[in-house]
Amino acid sequence: MATIYVDGQAYDVKDGDNLLQAILGLGLDLPYFCWHPAMGSIGACRQCAVVQYQNEEDTRGRIVMGCMTPVADGARFSLQGEAAREFRSTIIEALMLNHPHDCPVCAEGGECHLQDMTVMAGHRDRHYRGRKNTHRNQYLGPLINHEMNRCITCYRCVRFYNDYAGGTDLSAQASRDHTYFGRQTDGVLESEFAGNLVEVCPTGVFTDKTLVNDYTRKWDLQSAPSVCVNCALGCNTMPGERYGKLKRIHNRFNKAVNGYFLCDRGRYGGNFVNSDKRLDYPGLRQADQTYKAVGQSEAIERITEHWGDGRAVAAIGSPRASLESNYLLQKLVGAGNFNPGLSDREFKLIDSICQILRCSKALSPSMSQVEQADAVLILGEDVTNTAPRLALSLRQSVRNKATELGEQIGLQYWQDAALRTLAQDRNSPLFIAAVADTRLDDIAEQTVSLAPDDIARLGLAIAAQLDPAKTTGNGLDDPLRELAATIAAALKNARQPLIVSGTGCQNLAVIQAAARIAEALTNTERTAMLSYCLPEANSLGGALLCASGNYPSLAELTERAATGQIETLLVMENELYRRGTAAEITALLDGVTQLVVIDALDSRTLSRSDIALPADSYFESEGTLINSEGRAQRYYPVIPAKAGQQASWQWLAALGDKLGAWETGAYRHFDQVTSDCAADHAPLAEIVKAGPDHHFRDHGLKVPRQPHRYSGRTAMRANVSVHEPKQPIDGETPLAFTMEGAQPSGLMAFSWSPGWNSNQSVHKFQSEVAGPLVNGCPGVRLIEPGEGLTDMSAAVEPAAAGEPGSLLLVPLYRIYGSEELSVQSPAIAELAGNAFIQLHPSDATRLGVADGDGLVVNHIEAPSLEVRLNSSLAVGCAGFPVGYAGTENLVAGQRVTCRKAANWTPLRADSAAVIATDQGGGHV
Amino acid sequence: MKQANLISALSDRELADIDKEIAHAPYRCAVAIDALKIVQQYRGWVSDESLRALANYLEMSAEELEGIATFYNLIFRKPVGEKVILVCDSVSCWIKDSDKITRQIAEKLGIGLGETTPDGQYTLLPVTCLGACDCAPVLMVGEKLHKNLDGDKIDKLFSAGDSAVVKLGEEP
Amino acid sequence: MTDRPLTRNIGPDRTPTDLAAYELNGGYRGLRKAITAMSPADCLEMVKESNLRGRGGAGFPTGLKWSFVPMGEKAGPGHKYLIANADEMEPGTFKDRLLMECDPHQLIEGMIVAAYTIQADVAYIFLRAEYFDAERQLRAAIAACYEKGYLGDNILGTDYRLDMYVHSSAGRYICGEETALINSLEGKRANPRAKPPFPQVSGLWGRPTIVNNVETLCNIHHIIERGADWFQSLGKGEDSGTKLFGVSGRVKNPGCWELPMGTPVREILEVHAGGMEDGYKLRGFLPGGGSTDFLTEAHLDLPMDYDVIGKAGSRMGTGTMIILDDHTCPVGMVKNLVEFFARESCGFCTPCRDGLPWSAQVLDDIESGNGLPEDMATLQKQARFIGAIGNTHCALAPGAMEPLNSAMKYFREDFERHIEGKHCPYREPENRP
Repeated sequence: MATIYVDGQAYDVKDGDNLLQAILGLGLDLPYFCWHPAMGSIGACRQCAVVQYQNEEDTRGRIVMGCMTPVADGARFSLQGEAAREFRSTIIEALMLNHPHDCPVCAEGGECHLQDMTVMAGHRDRHYRGRKNTHRNQYLGPLINHEMNRCITCYRCVRFYNDYAGGTDLSAQASRDHTYFGRQTDGVLESEFAGNLVEVCPTGVFTDKTLVNDYTRKWDLQSAPSVCVNCALGCNTMPGERYGKLKRIHNRFNKAVNGYFLCDRGRYGGNFVNSDKRLDYPGLRQADQTYKAVGQSEAIERITEHWGDGRAVAAIGSPRASLESNYLLQKLVGAGNFNPGLSDREFKLIDSICQILRCSKALSPSMSQVEQADAVLILGEDVTNTAPRLALSLRQSVRNKATELGEQIGLQYWQDAALRTLAQDRNSPLFIAAVADTRLDDIAEQTVSLAPDDIARLGLAIAAQLDPAKTTGNGLDDPLRELAATIAAALKNARQPLIVSGTGCQNLAVIQAAARIAEALTNTERTAMLSYCLPEANSLGGALLCASGNYPSLAELTERAATGQIETLLVMENELYRRGTAAEITALLDGVTQLVVIDALDSRTLSRSDIALPADSYFESEGTLINSEGRAQRYYPVIPAKAGQQASWQWLAALGDKLGAWETGAYRHFDQVTSDCAADHAPLAEIVKAGPDHHFRDHGLKVPRQPHRYSGRTAMRANVSVHEPKQPIDGETPLAFTMEGAQPSGLMAFSWSPGWNSNQSVHKFQSEVAGPLVNGCPGVRLIEPGEGLTDMSAAVEPAAAGEPGSLLLVPLYRIYGSEELSVQSPAIAELAGNAFIQLHPSDATRLGVADGDGLVVNHIEAPSLEVRLNSSLAVGCAGFPVGYAGTENLVAGQRVTCRKAANWTPLRADSAAVIATDQGGGHV
Repeated sequence: MKQANLISALSDRELADIDKEIAHAPYRCAVAIDALKIVQQYRGWVSDESLRALANYLEMSAEELEGIATFYNLIFRKPVGEKVILVCDSVSCWIKDSDKITRQIAEKLGIGLGETTPDGQYTLLPVTCLGACDCAPVLMVGEKLHKNLDGDKIDKLFSAGDSAVVKLGEEP
Repeated sequence: MTDRPLTRNIGPDRTPTDLAAYELNGGYRGLRKAITAMSPADCLEMVKESNLRGRGGAGFPTGLKWSFVPMGEKAGPGHKYLIANADEMEPGTFKDRLLMECDPHQLIEGMIVAAYTIQADVAYIFLRAEYFDAERQLRAAIAACYEKGYLGDNILGTDYRLDMYVHSSAGRYICGEETALINSLEGKRANPRAKPPFPQVSGLWGRPTIVNNVETLCNIHHIIERGADWFQSLGKGEDSGTKLFGVSGRVKNPGCWELPMGTPVREILEVHAGGMEDGYKLRGFLPGGGSTDFLTEAHLDLPMDYDVIGKAGSRMGTGTMIILDDHTCPVGMVKNLVEFFARESCGFCTPCRDGLPWSAQVLDDIESGNGLPEDMATLQKQARFIGAIGNTHCALAPGAMEPLNSAMKYFREDFERHIEGKHCPYREPENRP
């Protein structure tokens, strides 16, 4: 603690912070641009100037920059002194010399940090009489709009894009007042985090293109605290709605989870809620195979007509549905008839991860804890593509070396440019063993491409190094043995080592090897961190629901169906054709008499249904998700459900009522489902704390979804009817469809504070600048380090013998394209490109194929796939993109023979060069 | 394959010169400026194609190299004339009427500052104090410094015969 | 005769001195003494005692600067660097060119001794692009030194090794700022770095680095060879040594001379530069390049010492004066300077990037007869805004404000005449000689 004096008033602040941080933390206003709480200081904009006095006698003082000045005990400053105010108002006037003042047509208008700071710094009259400089804008892809004339040259974009996120295709160009921020030529920004530029840019240079194309001002957006459903990390979001449509997704600060940043899949992938594929009404299949729309009660009626007929009912849940919906489905049909919606292979992987996390002495870290790691091993995971936001945190972790070096010469963690200069390319160690190159290779000390089983062997060898009591790794050649020793030594040297693995290899031994390394590292001095990347938003939730082990596998259900044991199969929010080969799923569905599918979007499974029920998405419903950290988080509906649709759990509650499965009305309210779920499942006992229930009131009021300036509410539907509809009443959540009330920090539907209209206002809701929100980090951790793994056995199964010259199918995940829901967003679909098959050049030569040729994967019913050579792919492997049309029947771990396709024509002429990650390198 | 194509946009001589610089640099991209100058020395300017090839060779992004190339006023990202005329416009030369000299040259060549004659012979650029203020005003053509300029000297220097042919004269 | 160590090898015809001639005239004796008979600490002590101050403009004591370089174990593993700042671009400055073109070995010898003192093992000469002759001379001289064993492994049979390279720059005045120079040498955009940390601790590639001006370095081996007392005795006033002083503008004999520190301005102007050209009168002068404050006739008898010129309200800067005569428009001159600095801004910080073009625009309006009465207040405000070190990221923009600020003080009536008369009075024929 240090006592500083600001305009004569004494304040206690945190020693070593910079003054700007300290001042904002005190609740005082000081304008700034280039400083960013997550990116530190560089001193470029000079906007946060204050006067510093040498001592009590000093009355003149000198101008210093708040962001560049460490606070020290006894330091004296003036914010409001004339010199400081004049300086700041001149800075903003200078910054605005070339600004186009096009606020009315700017997508940033109304939430523009530049607007706010202009007012705050006191610039009103414009004195400059010269001409304004102008720039040409660039096409930057489907996500980001570029309007360089608005630029105030704060350098935040390149600092975020390059320094923070590791991008390379955005740079500061030219110089002086002609400085330009862009690409070398027009083209799609390659970074998976480019969308953050929308929020990082203090004005409207980089704006959300999907929003710009269908624009609404921030003050007209209705929002709710939400959680991204496009991967298992559970980043907190604020989706914004107008006229019933999702307009954009903004980051919702959660110190422990996503901090200030989202990945682009999260930011743009939520748009599937606007899809044409949404179901509007319940549908009954007719004899002519078309569906007839019916009312909700009729649909329920029809389901119950054929419900059991004396035979069994089974249900398949979903790792992308809420815990509540899954719980109620399980309860409705009984645990013995409920499959969590995973293929048997998938379930085995996720279930073992779940068990490991619950038993291991290692800590399952939050992403902010990941950033503290001082040595990292990534085992078998292409993190940027399987858990994108985690990759951004890993990128920060390697900078701990710079912080450590800085400490030695008295540099603070926020002195960003100085630390980068000092450290150069010296990073904390990070090692990657994966099947191919990954987007984190640039920060890795060493990388190695191996087939999944070999990754597991390497992992076991590392564990053996750390725990010599166990046997050494089997079957490792010497270079790998050496690598294992190097990695083991680096991990051992670390205070907070981190092992990252997951389901990305679809290989159990890899998962187990990672656990053994983390376990071996954990001792009295140190708790190792063990982070598993999981495939879907509620993968872990599903596993915890089935933790008792009493569930039927999909194979078992198929068997039951085949033997006529299943009358009704209820499938909830699940495209089963992603869970197995077409033949397997068809066999299952063919065997049931009545197929009921509840889902938000049309799908191949849904098209097989006898009765289809339209489900609400995250956008219209409430739910709890367990992220890969083991944190239960609650999302809340942004808009009320549309007529005809309801949340899956509501369909099930109604069905259960009708069937007498429980006391009628037992699950009228969401909170009842949550609390019963918590009561019935010990590992989930804490989920009631994931967020406040519907009784929550802040100063007697519910939390508003609409900002104070929300306009036109009474006239919004005037083109339809002049009668003003009554505002919907929300009896289920702590939120209301109103403008009245405050924003409690854990339930922020938007970030807004007087004078701070942009998301920069979030510091007003934090306990300290960049620290947790005042009410703590939203969500509740369900999994903490356990007693230790009892079963440390991990064995690499002997490789399946393939035909000579056969290739091992290995899964490759793609941030855009592999995930089911996000790819329904047009912008994401545009980036996804077509299916392909990756080969090592040596294998390609053997097969006589070249880049761009077609490849037939023998014995498997699949279209020919475009060959992409990748010299970083493990030799003998064939990588296929998970979740892409054309690869559904490819199964990871299978050995296949391949041959060149005759008469090959690519599916689409423009399929090439859409995503940089799929290119062999180079930018042109 | 893509990489090979890109690198072949640089000549062997250029690559050899660049390699010499790389030999004593801690990172390949550290020689960015030297490499840009080498390319420029052989080609007169740095085209988009050269820039990308060079970026590839130095293991950096074209964006990063573009940021560097466009920062420095003596890296030309547009074609320039056979001879680049650098007219000092700093204060000591200005006091000695360098602006008149510049106007005179501009009129003779029919171009303004920053422009190249249509025949591709000359490019006229302003330059920072050339460190010969005792001989102001001065200008440079290629590597040669011309001192103590006045109207007559400029006339001689750019002796215009046929209006289509403007030739560089030797300093008297 | 005055001892003029820096230019002893430079004749009126400015023929370059080769290694043989340089050695014949006592060259590399200082190096031999330093490296074979003195420890780095001894050398540092001697440079400190000599009171040598940086000749690039800031006048920071050289020995003190060097003393911040971590030595021995403290330096950690890796290189240490010495860089000669040969990026001479300060408007009105033409001294380092002379030293490098005519006596390259003097710079190299000074550098080797300086590098030895801080135990640097790599040295660079960061040379501005347009100095082609200097580049040829330096490259040839370095090659000769490698051949002769003054550079490379086991210099003069000792354990000390040093590699030296010439880096020819690609333009931009800002490269003269030492941290911008380092960035440029790393192959990056030449944005100055935030300080602290200073380059002595974290410089080139994050390693300890000293950047010294060419002229500063040229003094080092003379000090080592002949002692701190000798060096101190060279100065006429408070400061030690000699300095290259220059005069440009409308004087009879513009030029550059090595004179004792503390030589009065009047002597430089009237004796060495021959006084004003016929028909011109002195109105003021910038004592040390384009980023120093104007001084006037009243200051002619001041000795050219760092602190004396500082107390008079200006800076000695590079010691090369630019003369403002009575036929030259002070507003135009300041406009030329501010436009120059605006053009040379790296674009990093706001006061410089946007403030300087703004000032230039106001000056352009005034100069072209479009000024408004309130423009003086605007300029005053801008000079306050941009003019203090600390307001900006580096010293470029505050330097640009020095001539403007002082011009408004000494030549205010000229500004007012422009604004009131709505034209530049110096454009009238009667004001032309």
